[in-house]
Amino acid sequence: MLSEFPFYALALVTLFAAIAAMTLRNLVHCALCAAAAFTGVGALYLLLDAPFVGFAQLLVYVGAVAILIIFAVLLTCAAETGPGIAFSSSWLAGVCAVALVLAGLVLPILMSPSLDRLAPPVAGAPVKDIGNQLMTIYVLPLETIGLLLTAALIGAVVIAMQDKPDAQPASDVKPPPREIADKDLCLR
Amino acid sequence: MTTPLSHYLLLSALLFSVGFAGAVLRRHAVLVLIGIELMLNAANLNFIAFWRYGPHPEALTGLMFAIFSIAIAAAEVAVGLALVIAIYRHRKTSQVEQFQALKG
Amino acid sequence: MRSARNPLARLSTEMDGSIDQIFVSTLHRIASLAPPAAQPLVSMLLIIAGIMVVFGSCFALTTIVERKTLGRMQNRYGPNRVGPFGFFQPIADGIKMLTKEDIVPFSADKALHFLAPLVLTVPVWLAFAVLPVGRNMAAIDLDAGILFFFAIGSASELSVFMAGWSSQNKYSLIGAMRAIAQMISYEVPLLLAAMPVLMLSGSLSLADIVQAQPPGHWFLFTPWGLAGFGMFLIAATAESNRSPFDLPEGESEIIAGYLTEYSGFKYALFFLGEYLGLFAVTGLAVTLYLGGWQAPVSFLQWFPSWAWFALKFAALILLFIWARATLPRLRLDQLLNFAWKFLVPLALLNLLVAGIWWWTGRAQFPGLLIRWLVCSAILAAAYILLGRGLKDHKLPPHRYHYAV
Repeated sequence: MLSEFPFYALALVTLFAAIAAMTLRNLVHCALCAAAAFTGVGALYLLLDAPFVGFAQLLVYVGAVAILIIFAVLLTCAAETGPGIAFSSSWLAGVCAVALVLAGLVLPILMSPSLDRLAPPVAGAPVKDIGNQLMTIYVLPLETIGLLLTAALIGAVVIAMQDKPDAQPASDVKPPPREIADKDLCLR
Repeated sequence: MTTPLSHYLLLSALLFSVGFAGAVLRRHAVLVLIGIELMLNAANLNFIAFWRYGPHPEALTGLMFAIFSIAIAAAEVAVGLALVIAIYRHRKTSQVEQFQALKG
Repeated sequence: MRSARNPLARLSTEMDGSIDQIFVSTLHRIASLAPPAAQPLVSMLLIIAGIMVVFGSCFALTTIVERKTLGRMQNRYGPNRVGPFGFFQPIADGIKMLTKEDIVPFSADKALHFLAPLVLTVPVWLAFAVLPVGRNMAAIDLDAGILFFFAIGSASELSVFMAGWSSQNKYSLIGAMRAIAQMISYEVPLLLAAMPVLMLSGSLSLADIVQAQPPGHWFLFTPWGLAGFGMFLIAATAESNRSPFDLPEGESEIIAGYLTEYSGFKYALFFLGEYLGLFAVTGLAVTLYLGGWQAPVSFLQWFPSWAWFALKFAALILLFIWARATLPRLRLDQLLNFAWKFLVPLALLNLLVAGIWWWTGRAQFPGLLIRWLVCSAILAAAYILLGRGLKDHKLPPHRYHYAV
């Protein structure tokens, strides 16, 4: 039981952080709890003898994705949610869908006897082997990912660029704009 | 390593449902994206768990999948957040229920 | 970490019993007093205590050395009241910081305001675990050591944001956003400048990188090494928010940026975290380019390895202090342009040049000269052309009016 303590501690932390990330009202707190959940998952990778993926997860998710999310929250002035409800208006259908998905995932796991197995004793994943395989077996996905990342970065920059000043704003459906109070802290 | 595989899979299933619940039930576009990222993380955890507990861990297949998945997730979150920012600039709102211009 | 090598194992057993291995043998002697089941734990605790004592006192020493060096470079004495030549100043500073009132703004986000200094300091202490401070003296020898180091470094950027946002102060937020923009922009050249070293030593493990630099063959003594070292140092200065890249905490501009609302012990923790980050990245620079604990020429190998590391470390810290005293601060747009339009292309070309260097590794004498000339020519041409791209032509010529 003592040897399973790291797994249970990390699992609890990750799950609580994920639930907090999805239920808190203040979006900045949500983003930071999501970063904590990503760290928890990274630590679980370390527990599973995959240090390269664990550190890559920390570097990419905590070091980049979390900061991107925070920038987006600040640039859309969304830190304090308005007086409205935080959850969707069609929440009943959503809850049913979530219950179905949860049942569909958990029941097969619990009913399948072959998944109760323990780990084989040795699983080394030396970085040299990862690099070797990336350059021989997986070289095509590697190059494609490079292309994909370049396209995604250029696309993101183009989409998020400021429009020219004489562009017309969208004139169809105009929702009531939320008043940005002076005390709201954001980067408008 | 005395935790059975089913524990990792259960955790992954729970994380996936939490992410799914957030993506479906919250109103703000950024939270939908956070939910999607949690789902991707849960799937990656599944891959690594099956790699570790599988019959051929020296083949590194699960690891490779997870590495590529992390890279793709990073690209996707960049583009998604750029979209959210661009829409906010036009519509002054980021509630997903307000984006109904294509509706019937 | 099961794939890490055993911290109690030795990479090489030569020079056992000598002064070079004095710390390692003391550790083994003390650890052997514990029951065998607890020995790894006891040795780890001793290593942690050692790292905290050494780098903590390094922090105290650096604060006073920096102030006195800055003072001398500015033609004045530094602090010289407390103790002999002012060298007890860190004690006075510590007492002051610990006894100051801890003020938290009324509308601040209390939880984040409290957690921000912790989120900065904890990962930074972790980064010292992989630095090979001497022969056989890396606390943990991870297979993916450099990746661990950079992952931990990038986790500290969240603390900057937490500090700036939780203070609920416009200037703190602006300072925090500038700091984050600067840190993520300079992470790219930092990583790219470390890439050629990984390429040429064939491993991500820091102990292997040091072994790949025998005396006289440090990576600094190659054209790509020189360029890479320069870029690494510049990016390291920017990552630690030090002058000339200290716009986020520019004392004359934005009060204290994201640290405005911090006082007392929390401010001391931020200060500590910043300096420890500087030490970690300096240690990495020494390991990657200056040969770690290796001697510069083979007949100086009698000098202990940890002493070589300490000397190189001290030299780099003095270089950082010198840069702080001499160079003016960069403006935010100048800073970002410099990172993206100069350092990143140069770092990518450096990678290409390192590849050429590796590919011509077996050349004989005339080939060696050609190798040097070709690599240096590519780097020099890139430097000049990219430098021209940085000039901004929009400002009118300055007119200086001197008082007569």
